[in-house]
Amino acid sequence: MTQISRDDVLHLAQLSSLELDESEIDGLQTDISNILGYVEQLNKLDTSGVEPTYQVTGLSSVWRDDKVIDYGITREDLLERAPEIVDFQIKVPKVL
Amino acid sequence: MTISDILAQIKNSSARTVVEDSLERARNNESYHALLNLTSNRALKRADEVDSGKITGKLAGVPFVVKDNFLAFGAPTTAASKMLENFDAPLQATAVEKLEQEGAICIGKANLDAFAHGGSTENSAFGPTKNAIDTSRVAGGSSGGSAVVTALNIVPFAIGSDTGGSIRQPASYNGVVGVKTTYGAVSRFGVVAMASSTDVIGSFATNITDAELITDIITGLDVRDMTTLPDFFEIQSETKPSQKIGLISDFMTDDVDIEVRNKVNEYVEKLRLNGHIVENVNLPMAEYALAIYYIIVPAELSSNLARYDGIRYGHRADGTKTLAELYGKTRDEGFVTENKRRIMIGSYVLSSGYFDAYYLQAQKARTLLVKEFDKLFEKYDILIGPTAPTPAFKLGENTIDPIKMYLNDIMTVPTSLAGLPAISVPAGINKSGLPIGVQLMGPRRSDAMLLSLARSMEDK
Repeated sequence: MTQISRDDVLHLAQLSSLELDESEIDGLQTDISNILGYVEQLNKLDTSGVEPTYQVTGLSSVWRDDKVIDYGITREDLLERAPEIVDFQIKVPKVL
Repeated sequence: MTISDILAQIKNSSARTVVEDSLERARNNESYHALLNLTSNRALKRADEVDSGKITGKLAGVPFVVKDNFLAFGAPTTAASKMLENFDAPLQATAVEKLEQEGAICIGKANLDAFAHGGSTENSAFGPTKNAIDTSRVAGGSSGGSAVVTALNIVPFAIGSDTGGSIRQPASYNGVVGVKTTYGAVSRFGVVAMASSTDVIGSFATNITDAELITDIITGLDVRDMTTLPDFFEIQSETKPSQKIGLISDFMTDDVDIEVRNKVNEYVEKLRLNGHIVENVNLPMAEYALAIYYIIVPAELSSNLARYDGIRYGHRADGTKTLAELYGKTRDEGFVTENKRRIMIGSYVLSSGYFDAYYLQAQKARTLLVKEFDKLFEKYDILIGPTAPTPAFKLGENTIDPIKMYLNDIMTVPTSLAGLPAISVPAGINKSGLPIGVQLMGPRRSDAMLLSLARSMEDK
């Protein structure tokens, strides 16, 4: 059974862009180990030659006209929902 | 409370009176915490427009509630999370728009597990919803609030989403009808995405006739959701006689609550008395469905929830110095632990080195499950079983053990993975008065047939 270390938990959090509260780490370590242990029962199944199912409708390549659909929403409507804007641009902290 | 009762009341008094009464009932039942926000101002304005004849339609003036992961005007769309606590939707979900086009009036936004991650509504960032029948017990989830407002007759119907049982299980726990439509039957445009390959939209009602009417209104093609199917739903007023029905034995083992099994068996007897043929069938892949589900769904939602980054909308953490810090802290503050747990499992199963062993194996196992269903539907019109292994459990009973919590979905996830329609119908109560639901499942696009059979069994 897969054992997840404390470092694994911190690595997964980093991959997921998540900061964790110190109080959550131990619990997540136990839970993630247990959940992965549970789902590993699928290893028992013989799936050789079986195609994966990614979707169930049977639809493929649904196209629409390459036209802008007007939802009646302006650029301002969307920008005013951003946490911080300056001169009609969204402001973020430095990247590096 | 039925929709036709409400329409009669509107005729005898006014839409304004009916909507005011509904809002009053919502306020009087605040202790259940089924609603996060009321949309009073907008609701009353629309009620006046019904009374003046400006708004018309099949549901003119009929109040309803929508799960708070649907974009709707009149109150924030929170998804029961701190991330979207103050998010003011710039547009409305297609399902909400379709109901409004028929004159229905949204009076409030229902509580859910944050981002619909959970099966009890205890993962709401704003506190749990209490069961409508026993307030020491859970509402079920993730659409717990929608089920409870329907059961308490605050509104005659409510809208929810079902990714692995989130409509059917709370419907069962609160004694109302819950409809999970065929995957693609209802547009998800404007609904907070969770797991895109199993998310569907559906309804709660107090009776089948109302559930049929709502399903008829919300189904259909939407160019804004390219997974939607051309409208196939048509209410079947005549129920097909002597249907062949398979009782899924794998859902009727000794592990399942004896009173739940008894209620399912009573329903089966009723079906037989009404000329239908019921036989025991096996669905061996059902045993693996939950494991498949808890790989595929975290994988998909870890991707869908990447958009909550504190940049364009929603919560942003204060006082961060770099972009990476902003992402990490924003997502720490905006998500509950269950959200984090699922996102991290998703990141794990999609990681290079683990992808084939977990994600790909799960998608292949899913094919085996889908094939088992397809084979059963060559011989049977409909499948039947319990909706959940037990009636509603106690608040706090399963919160420390996620797997124990997940096991409550063991009978609802198989149809979700296969994209099949399934409904939960009230089948009576146990010795303590707790409701028990029976689940009817059919092939893709058989939604109307399932509802028609359930309607023919009502009051029998």
